[in-house]
Amino acid sequence: MVEQKLSAQNAVVAAPAEPESRERDSIDHDASLRGFARRRHRELAVAAVAAVAVALLPLAIHDVYLQNILVLTLMYAALSQSWNILGGYCGQISLGHAIYFGIGAYMSTLLYTHAGLTPWFGMVIGGGVAALIALTLGYPFFRLRGHYFTIATIVVAETGLLLVLNWDFAGGAQGIQIPYGPDSWAHLQFARDKLPYIYFALGFAVLTFIVTFAIEDSKWGYWWRAVKDNAEAAESLGVVVFRSKMAAAALSAFFTAIGGSFYAAFVSYIDPDSVMGFQFSLLIALPAVLGGIGTLWGPALGALVLIPLTELTRSSFGGSGNGLDLIIYGVLIMVISLARPEGLTSLFARRRGARAGLEARAKQ
Amino acid sequence: MSAHLLEVRHVTRRFGGLVANSDVSLVVEEGEILGLIGPNGAGKSTLFNLVAGLYPPTSGNIVFAGEEITRLAAPARCARGIARTFQVVRSFDSMSVVENVIVGALMRRAGAREARHKALQVLDLTGLSRRAEAPAVELTPPEKRRLEIARALATEPKLLLLDEALAGLTPSEAREGVELVRLIRRRGVTIVMVEHVMEVVMPLVDRAVVLDLGKVLAQGSPTEVVRDKAVIEAYLGARHRAA
Repeated sequence: MVEQKLSAQNAVVAAPAEPESRERDSIDHDASLRGFARRRHRELAVAAVAAVAVALLPLAIHDVYLQNILVLTLMYAALSQSWNILGGYCGQISLGHAIYFGIGAYMSTLLYTHAGLTPWFGMVIGGGVAALIALTLGYPFFRLRGHYFTIATIVVAETGLLLVLNWDFAGGAQGIQIPYGPDSWAHLQFARDKLPYIYFALGFAVLTFIVTFAIEDSKWGYWWRAVKDNAEAAESLGVVVFRSKMAAAALSAFFTAIGGSFYAAFVSYIDPDSVMGFQFSLLIALPAVLGGIGTLWGPALGALVLIPLTELTRSSFGGSGNGLDLIIYGVLIMVISLARPEGLTSLFARRRGARAGLEARAKQ
Repeated sequence: MSAHLLEVRHVTRRFGGLVANSDVSLVVEEGEILGLIGPNGAGKSTLFNLVAGLYPPTSGNIVFAGEEITRLAAPARCARGIARTFQVVRSFDSMSVVENVIVGALMRRAGAREARHKALQVLDLTGLSRRAEAPAVELTPPEKRRLEIARALATEPKLLLLDEALAGLTPSEAREGVELVRLIRRRGVTIVMVEHVMEVVMPLVDRAVVLDLGKVLAQGSPTEVVRDKAVIEAYLGARHRAA
């Protein structure tokens, strides 16, 4: 009620009473552009501080278990940020991103074990292959709308899982063990040391953040959000909807696959269920959804809450076999989604306007 | 002879068994404001959507600035200089007002910064500057109509199609809307407007085309059209005959 009154008052103030007042109604463009640039710089500064803080965390955390959680949190923040490009900004909800994660994991691992190629190379190849597959799948699927698109992504990811399960060259259901070797950045293999993985995952999270940051104020960023909000209106303004979706899908798949390659190197053993199962599709999407879909900070915030929660409930309550960990986990997710349906980022949106915008996003 | 900006030639559009437009032909001259009027179900919106490229005609041709555009999709028509608003407002509600307009401004600008600059200029023109940073979802209905016009103008069209842009406004808001339409025309944009409110449209348009049952019933200057017997019978009714 109060909000409605306020916005009505604003409208009275903003609407020009007479056409002649329109000149007075104009604002200083340079000041407006500077204000926008300042907001963008502040966002980068906050991100830089956060990244440095995370980089210093290992000085305080020596426990391998906690370091493990840190690696996973950073990795899921980056993966969810990648998912957010397609799901959050472009509005195409994929619940099949496990297929791109799996492609990344298998591509770099197979190239490493069979051809001796460094995983650094393998992850770029994996990313490229994932992007190509995303384009191939997008060609028919982006003609589907809303839920039908989502269902198609689930089906394809499950099909991919079955294919790999029956693919003997890739180890079939047994999977592939990455052979032990000396610690090496070139091979991304570190037997005991978690620090290199922490820094790689941090770099990955920073990379996806910067890419998303750049997208937000770019042609694609505006086009994708227009496609999400109203495809027909977007087309009338010159946005080629199909091409926009394809570009978002390719970029999203590329980075998701890089995450898959990293995960394979990190756990040094992969099998179809442990890198391509449906749970990965959910774990990739959930942090963005919980943190704030289509927002720059949503995936990181969501991962920060979700991943430690998953791990800690599992280690505290998971041993009994009665599923108590999953119950606690599920209840907490429900509490967050009920209290903050527009995502955790809304906690930080102090300006009323920003919050209303987030609420509008949540309603879609 | 100066070429017409838009030519609709014998256009027919069927939806299943329904013939929404039947052999419609009309021209739009550069620089004019053309009113497209007619009772409900006359086929105004269909014709409008055919020109904007929402769907192709069943038969017939559409020529814009000397180029055949009958089969072009909406984004390609936008690139050639046709912009539109929607009868039911379709703002991008997850974005701010200025961001909505940036989407249109990116049609002719690759850089986001130039697009933002252009968007601010268009917001000045349409009287929405003060609301630039507001989320589009917070706008009042008349502001949302202005936003649609701003977004379309940002694509720098030669031809602007307004679909009932003045509907549902109070008399004073409608008066401001009329002023805005005149202002846009003064800047060299040709306008085709579908409108219901005759009192508002007639003084504004240079020419009117009356559609009824999917066919062109009459066309000419507003005064000619309102005197046309067929038009009075089909649409304007007793109210105007009495006047």
